[in-house]
Amino acid sequence: MPSITLKDVSKYVCQAVNLEIFDRELLVLLGPNGAGKTTLANVIAGLTDYRGSVFFNGAPVDKLPASKRSVGYLFQDLALFPHLDVAANIAYGLIAQQQSRERVDIRVKELLQMMKIAHLSSRYPKNLSGGEKQRVALARALAFSPKVLLLDEPLSSLDMQTAKYLRTELRQIQRNLGVTTVYITHDLEEGEEMADRIAVLQNGHLEQVNRPEEVFFYPKNEKVSDFIGAPNILDCEYCRSLGKGVMEVGCRDLRIIVPHDGNSVHRVALFPHDIYISETKPPGPEVNRFRGTIIDIAPADNVVRIKLKVGGTCLLAEMPYHIFEDMDLAVGKEVFLILKLRRIRVYENKDM
Amino acid sequence: MNKLRRFIPGWGIVPVVIFLAIWEIVARLNLIPGQLSFPPFSSVVIEFYYLTANGILGENFLSSLTRVLIGFCAGSIAGIAMGILMGWREGINKTLHPIISLFYPIPAIGWLPLLMLWIGINEMLPITIIFVCSFFPVLYNTVTGIRSVNKDYIQAARTLGASDTRILATVVIPLALPNIFTGLRLEAGMAWRVIVAAEMVAIPTGIGALLIQAESLIRIDIIIVCLMVLAVMCFAFDKFFGYLEDKATAKWR
Repeated sequence: MPSITLKDVSKYVCQAVNLEIFDRELLVLLGPNGAGKTTLANVIAGLTDYRGSVFFNGAPVDKLPASKRSVGYLFQDLALFPHLDVAANIAYGLIAQQQSRERVDIRVKELLQMMKIAHLSSRYPKNLSGGEKQRVALARALAFSPKVLLLDEPLSSLDMQTAKYLRTELRQIQRNLGVTTVYITHDLEEGEEMADRIAVLQNGHLEQVNRPEEVFFYPKNEKVSDFIGAPNILDCEYCRSLGKGVMEVGCRDLRIIVPHDGNSVHRVALFPHDIYISETKPPGPEVNRFRGTIIDIAPADNVVRIKLKVGGTCLLAEMPYHIFEDMDLAVGKEVFLILKLRRIRVYENKDM
Repeated sequence: MNKLRRFIPGWGIVPVVIFLAIWEIVARLNLIPGQLSFPPFSSVVIEFYYLTANGILGENFLSSLTRVLIGFCAGSIAGIAMGILMGWREGINKTLHPIISLFYPIPAIGWLPLLMLWIGINEMLPITIIFVCSFFPVLYNTVTGIRSVNKDYIQAARTLGASDTRILATVVIPLALPNIFTGLRLEAGMAWRVIVAAEMVAIPTGIGALLIQAESLIRIDIIIVCLMVLAVMCFAFDKFFGYLEDKATAKWR
């Protein structure tokens, strides 16, 4: 399978994008709507004209039309041919590439079994569920053994449970086949679950390309940090296992209990919306509960962002506007903070 | 059993029977005021039998049918072919669209005086009129059908290794079929309306000519027979193309 290199690629919002996708890797292209993710996928597939160069295994493919690039493309709306049944949809690429009838039949059967959709072979797309359509589209994209697989938000139209299940399956298939894959999504959680590496794209610029945990715990700039939810990242000075999958970590003057089963914790991340603020002392054990002072209040869309000083540490919290209105919060006021245990994310630097 | 059921008329036949009964009673009891001659349904049926038995109806009907079939087939084939070209190739569409837009709104019968002068009054005249009547709407619907095919299907086929010709033949045209059939169904009925108008004005044979002869002889029963034949033919053509459309697209639509 080839590595993919984009060199100074420009098209629409994307300007001079340079990116290397390694052989057999699954790279997640992560970014908000309109960031240029699909444009980059179309450039790789050869479905649009562009400036710059694309290389597969170091060889330029700019002059190759889409039909010759050997790229399997799973479109956002799947684009299953409605007038062909499942088997014919899967066979389409094989027939287009003039493979023999016997070979087509064998390969179609193989993919129907691999995707667990053999019982659907004579159904038309209109009679398939979202998850079934997804499997058929993936089978069709993989049928002619492409060198590169592009998956453009393939699970966005599915319910959460099906999407989660299919993500696991998709990852497994990708690993088994070892096909170099670009997976497009705007969902950080989905990206983290799927990616070998994540490339964060904003307004056509690649802001950061790293392993998922590095993107999360070491956002390169404010744009990346904002996109992933502007988490409070705290360096840990010490950590101590408490057993049963929890650890106590010390970040400056905060002692935080985190869910972690490893040896050490290097950093912790607290999302602003996972920090609860209370005007009165909350009931329950004194775990992950702190006292802090409000130092800034900033309304943003339909939420309010509240900056707090807890000892020597600054934390950003966030609450819906209607809850803020019901409370009596003001700069300088002392409040209580609760950190949701299961929502605290930890970074264990295994390289150190 | 299902096949048998298909031949048993449903409730839809009831209003028709009631209508015919009222017609018969009103005509027999002479309930229509004034000098208007209004034959009962039974007289129309008897006249239909006479016209069929002496071959007049059959001869005129066949003349009209032949003209409609030749003109309609030629116009539709040309319209579909040109429509596919225009829908698929942006350059051709941009070049021809202004001309087509100019000619499309002209009613087919409006061409008659011009064609009478150019072609003369012969068998080619009604065929040409039907050709014109079918060509533009079928072309228009075909272009719309081809251009409205979701671009994702085309791009998907392209990434799967299909050539442009294969994409056109295996993805675009099949997906444009519903639009193409809509054009064909509409124009099949229109072809019969236009042929009658042309035959009434310029051609001495055919259902239209029989109509105009019946009018000059004040034979309302013959006029009604001709109108009923026309109604049946429009209905049959519509059903035929509906059947073809179902065969081609019902599985996946």
